[in-house]
Amino acid sequence: MTNDMSQYPLRLEGEDAPMIRFQDVTKRYDDLTVLDRLNLDVAAGEMVTIIGPSGSGKTTVLRVLMTLERIDGGVIYVDGEPLTHMEKDGRLVQANAAHLRRMRGKIGMCFQHFNLFPHMTALGNCMEGPVQVLGLSKKEAEERALELLDMVGMAEKRDEHPSRLSGGQQQRVAIARALAMRPTVMLFDEVTSALDPEVISEVTNVIRALSEQHQLTMLMVTHQMGFAKEISDRVVFFFDGSIEEQGTPDKLFDCPEKERTQQFLSAVLEAT
Amino acid sequence: MLQWKWDFAFSILPRLIEATGKTVLAAGGGFAVALVLGLVLALAQRTRFRPLTMVTRELVEFVRSTPLLLQVFFVYYVGPQIGLLLSPWTAGLIAIGLHYAAYLSEVYRGGIESVPKGQWEAAKAINLSAPKTYRRIILPQALPPALAGVGNYLVGILKDTPMLSVIGVAELMHTANAIGAENYRYLEPFTIVGLIFLALSLPTAWLFRRFDTVVRRKLGLIK
Repeated sequence: MTNDMSQYPLRLEGEDAPMIRFQDVTKRYDDLTVLDRLNLDVAAGEMVTIIGPSGSGKTTVLRVLMTLERIDGGVIYVDGEPLTHMEKDGRLVQANAAHLRRMRGKIGMCFQHFNLFPHMTALGNCMEGPVQVLGLSKKEAEERALELLDMVGMAEKRDEHPSRLSGGQQQRVAIARALAMRPTVMLFDEVTSALDPEVISEVTNVIRALSEQHQLTMLMVTHQMGFAKEISDRVVFFFDGSIEEQGTPDKLFDCPEKERTQQFLSAVLEAT
Repeated sequence: MLQWKWDFAFSILPRLIEATGKTVLAAGGGFAVALVLGLVLALAQRTRFRPLTMVTRELVEFVRSTPLLLQVFFVYYVGPQIGLLLSPWTAGLIAIGLHYAAYLSEVYRGGIESVPKGQWEAAKAINLSAPKTYRRIILPQALPPALAGVGNYLVGILKDTPMLSVIGVAELMHTANAIGAENYRYLEPFTIVGLIFLALSLPTAWLFRRFDTVVRRKLGLIK
C-alpha cells in the first residue's frame, strides 16, 4: 500500500505535544480490519485505560506500540518522535530495525501471561535487559533489580525460578523486569486476566503505587472495571477498531452517552 | 564346524579395542560437526532472507532423502575431481557430520518452535537484539526438549560409523573385516564388534536421558 506520508508531521513539538499519538492508524489481518484510522493522544504522565469487547482492537493498540506488530496505515508518535516511521530526506519512511530498537527503549510492557524467562531467576529476569541491552555492570543491574523487586514485594523470592512462583508473584516480577529498563511509557495488557481472583489485588496494588509515585505514562487494557474506574485519568471504550466513546472514569462508567457503551457496561457488570 | 575359539577371540581383542577408539572418535567427531552445523542449518531456515531459507531447506531435504553411503562415496571419490583431495578421515567426518546435521537441524527446529511466542515478545519488550534473543532466551529453552532427539541421533551416528569402512577408515567394522580376512575366521571378530557396539550404545542412550533431566533442572524448567 502506498501512503502519502506528507500530511503527517516529522515530529511533534511544543509543550502540549502528547507522549503518545496514534494518527490515522490502521491495522489489518488479511481482510480483517482491527484498527480503523485510529486517532488517540495520551499525555505525559497520563493513565489511560482501554476497555471494550474482545476483538475490538484494544490489545492491538498496545501491541503496535510495543512494535510487536507493524501497522498498515498512519503514524504512531512516541515522545515527540515517530515510532513506526523515521525521517529520511525530510520525509517519513518506514522505520528500520535500528530506529525501532532505539524507540523501543522508551516503552515497557507487561503481558497477560507474564512471559517471564523460565530459565532465569526472578532476579535474573530483572537483570537481563539492563545488562544485555543497557550495558549496566552486573553489580549496578543487581542493585536496580533488587530495588524494583523490593518495590513489588518480591525481594524475598529473588532467587526463585518462575515455575516456583504463583501467577500474582510472576506478574509482579514481570512488572519489575519492565521497569528495570527505565521506560517512559508502560503498557499493561490484561495483566490480571490470567490470575486467580484472590491474587489480583497483589498486582493492582503495585500498579496503583506506580501511578501514584512515578511520572510514567501508562496505557492499560483490562477487564477489571472497578480498578479501571479507580485508577485511570481517562477511560477509552473501543468498538470495532475505533474509539466509540471516551472520558473521565466517572463520566464513562456512570453516565455513558453511547448505546454500545451502555450495553457493554451493563453486560460486564452483570457478569461480575 | 562353527565353533567359538576363546584363544583366538582374546588374541584379536587388543586390535579391536584400538579400533573401538577410532569408532568413538569418528562418532564423536562426526557428531561435533553435526551439532554445530545442524544449528547453523536450523537458524539459516529461520532467517527472513528467502533465498537462504529455500536453499537450506532443499539441502536438508536432499541430504535426508539420499543414502549416507552414497554421500560418503561422493565426498571421498568425487571430491578429488573438483580439486578437493581429502583423507578418508576428513571425508568421512564431513559426510557423516553433514548427514546428521541435516537430521539434527530438524530436531533443533522443533525445539525452537516449541518455545512459546510470548518469550519472543518478552525479549522484544526488553529490547534484546535478535542474536541475544536466540542465545540468551530461545536456545536455552529450545535445547532441553531437543535433547532426547539429539541423544537418539548420537546413538544413530555411532551405529553408522561402519559406513566409513568403505573408504578405508580403520574403525571397528573395517578392522574386524580385516582380521576375518587374514584368519579366515569371521565369527569371533564380528561377534565381539556387535558386543562392543552394544556396550557403547546402551550407556550413551542412558546417559543422555540423565543429561536431559540434569539440564532441565539446571535451567529451572523442572523443580
